[in-house]
Amino acid sequence: MIEEKTPEELLQERTKRVEDAVQLKVPDRVPVAPNFGFFYAKYAGITPEEAHYDYDKWAMAVKKTVLDFQPDMFVSPRMILLAPGPVLDMVDFKQIKWPGHGVSSNHSFQFVEEEYMKAEEYDAFIEDPSDYIIRTYLPRIYGVAEPFKMLPPLSSMMVGYAAVHLTAALARPEVTNAIETLSKAGAESLRWRSIMDSIHEELGGMGFPSCAQAIAEAPYDVIGDFLRGTRGVMLDMYRRPDKLIEATERVLPMQLQAAVFIAKRSGNPRVFIPLHKGADGFMSLEQFKTFYWPTLHKLITGLIDEGLTPWLFIEADYTSRLETIRDIPKGKAIYHFELTDIFKAKEVLGDVACIRGGVPSSLLCTGVPQEVKDCCKKLIDVVGRGGGFIMDAGSVIDEAKPENIRVMVDFTKEYGVYG
Amino acid sequence: MAEDLVKTIADLHEEEALRIVEERLRAGEDAFKILEDSRNAMEIVGKRFENREYFIPDLVYSGEILQEIAEIVKPKLTGANEFERLDKVIIGTVAGDIHDIGKNIVTFMLDINGFEVYDLGVDVPAQKFIEKAEETQARIIGLSGLLTLAFESMKETIEVIRGTGLRDKVKIMIGGGQINDEVRKYTGADAFGTDAMSAVLLVKDWAGEK
Ligand code: B12
Repeated sequence: MIEEKTPEELLQERTKRVEDAVQLKVPDRVPVAPNFGFFYAKYAGITPEEAHYDYDKWAMAVKKTVLDFQPDMFVSPRMILLAPGPVLDMVDFKQIKWPGHGVSSNHSFQFVEEEYMKAEEYDAFIEDPSDYIIRTYLPRIYGVAEPFKMLPPLSSMMVGYAAVHLTAALARPEVTNAIETLSKAGAESLRWRSIMDSIHEELGGMGFPSCAQAIAEAPYDVIGDFLRGTRGVMLDMYRRPDKLIEATERVLPMQLQAAVFIAKRSGNPRVFIPLHKGADGFMSLEQFKTFYWPTLHKLITGLIDEGLTPWLFIEADYTSRLETIRDIPKGKAIYHFELTDIFKAKEVLGDVACIRGGVPSSLLCTGVPQEVKDCCKKLIDVVGRGGGFIMDAGSVIDEAKPENIRVMVDFTKEYGVYG
Repeated sequence: MAEDLVKTIADLHEEEALRIVEERLRAGEDAFKILEDSRNAMEIVGKRFENREYFIPDLVYSGEILQEIAEIVKPKLTGANEFERLDKVIIGTVAGDIHDIGKNIVTFMLDINGFEVYDLGVDVPAQKFIEKAEETQARIIGLSGLLTLAFESMKETIEVIRGTGLRDKVKIMIGGGQINDEVRKYTGADAFGTDAMSAVLLVKDWAGEK
């Protein structure tokens, strides 16, 4: 008689498999967790536009894909599509183009590079980030928040009863209108969030843990991605290095606090940290050690101190940085590589961090199953040796041939068993 | 003095470089000479980038310095002082992809290496590449793309070019973070590159072939 495992047993088994790998122990077999992005939509036959606008369809797509492929962990849909279409419409969002709004319905959303924070504004940001964000930043990235420029400094409310009359600022028709629209957007966001949360509950109930629910960024990336832009932050390393470092230090505790809060609330200890602008080519090793690593290092160790597991998605190539990023507590973090030489990574970091990734996007998109199998075999043989490895793609999977994903998962389950 | 400016720019000393430029202009020196020095400095920058002593931020910063110098110097330029341009290259980010940081760096590097670059921007339909090739008689086309969705778009673009009979007359290179030889084969391009220097080397190679 074949014993059927209950969903709870499966959930425990998968969770333990991943945790063993993280702790650099030898699990029962190599865990496999394809890094799905808009593949969820493409596989299930919905357009990225539908994924943005029809929450139920998006939820259906995620569930269908997870059930069909049976991975050891699934990527939270909220790590992929971070902003629902109707909310973007309502707030008149400027920082991305999304399907039907600047990119076609069949394409995923894309970022619009801009200096959303000007070089001269470092001081204002560092002095009072919240005030800066509400009165300067939001008006630039939400069309609807434009009138927030007219608000008085938020700190003026500190004088208690002497400042209650400042509520007058909210009576300006433009401001009132902005607040009303934002509150409608809030209601819509809540509706979206509850559907996204239900995906986690349902899939968890069927035995699938998620990769992570909390997210944080290296402080340098917060500045480089969202505030100063790629060019801006690069120039700042030369023109205003001290301000840049100060700003990363200002951002660090905020990133830490938010991630700890969400991770603990979700019950999933893993925190997704995508690394963007510190890779080889993006700066020299010396710049990496000056501007990027110090606050990232504190973020990693801070999360570990809270009992959490940082999952670093180390995008682009980090081959020359491997020695530097060795300096973290052993068996506490996942290092997920994209273009880095993953075999070298295993050599340098194998006794420190769990290695994840290894299957190139080009192979998943253009290769044939046999090639994927060969690639996975080598990964299991070399990177999987002695545990501490999670099979995955190097990049977020948007386009890929389903048969290639199938073989990546099934072959790992079959061949990746530790004897 | 010329040595000074070349070295100062190549070492990325912005303020110092601008000061020297102002001084030399005040001393009545030919503005074109200053531009020439700046170009020589950019050649050194390019070499250092090639040797991995410099990285993208250094390129971006040197580009800024060059731009600032050009702005100071331009009003003083007399007559048709133009650098001789080498071959023509058309470049653009393919349809569906709106990323341009990588493509802009490639354009910049080709430009400072003396090529005549026609940058068509982002989300460029195949037809635009063809029109530009016919208009300019450029024989090298570079297709850029950051996301995997660009694979299909590059393939389609090259197919459309093939359909017009232009394919045999042009060399096509593709590039971007997800690009490798597998993708090159898939799209039918002649070559691929994953950094700005490889674009320059490919173009130099093809330009030398004729
Ligand atoms: C920085 C970054 C971001 C930034 C900013 C992006 C921007 N402004 O365009 C932010 C944080 C906003 C971001 C957001 C997202 N990103 Co992103 N991001 C990156 C990252 C780390 C670097 C891209 C970059 O800026 N490169 C800098 C430039 C200089 O490099 P480049 O473009 O590659 O160009 C160089 C070469 O390729 C070459 N080259 C370029 N063109 C050409 C042309 C020719 C002819 C030649 C020869 C050479 C050549 O020369 C250039 C200079 O050296 C990449 C990782 C990667 N490996 O590329 C992911 C990546 C592109 N992002 C990805 C994803 C999934 C996303 C998001 C969807 C994530 C999310 N859920 O929010 C969003 C939205 C998509 C988007 N990018 O618009 C994925 C895409 C996966 C895929 N299937 O395609 C990547 C590949 C990460 C990964 N490993 O999965 N991203």
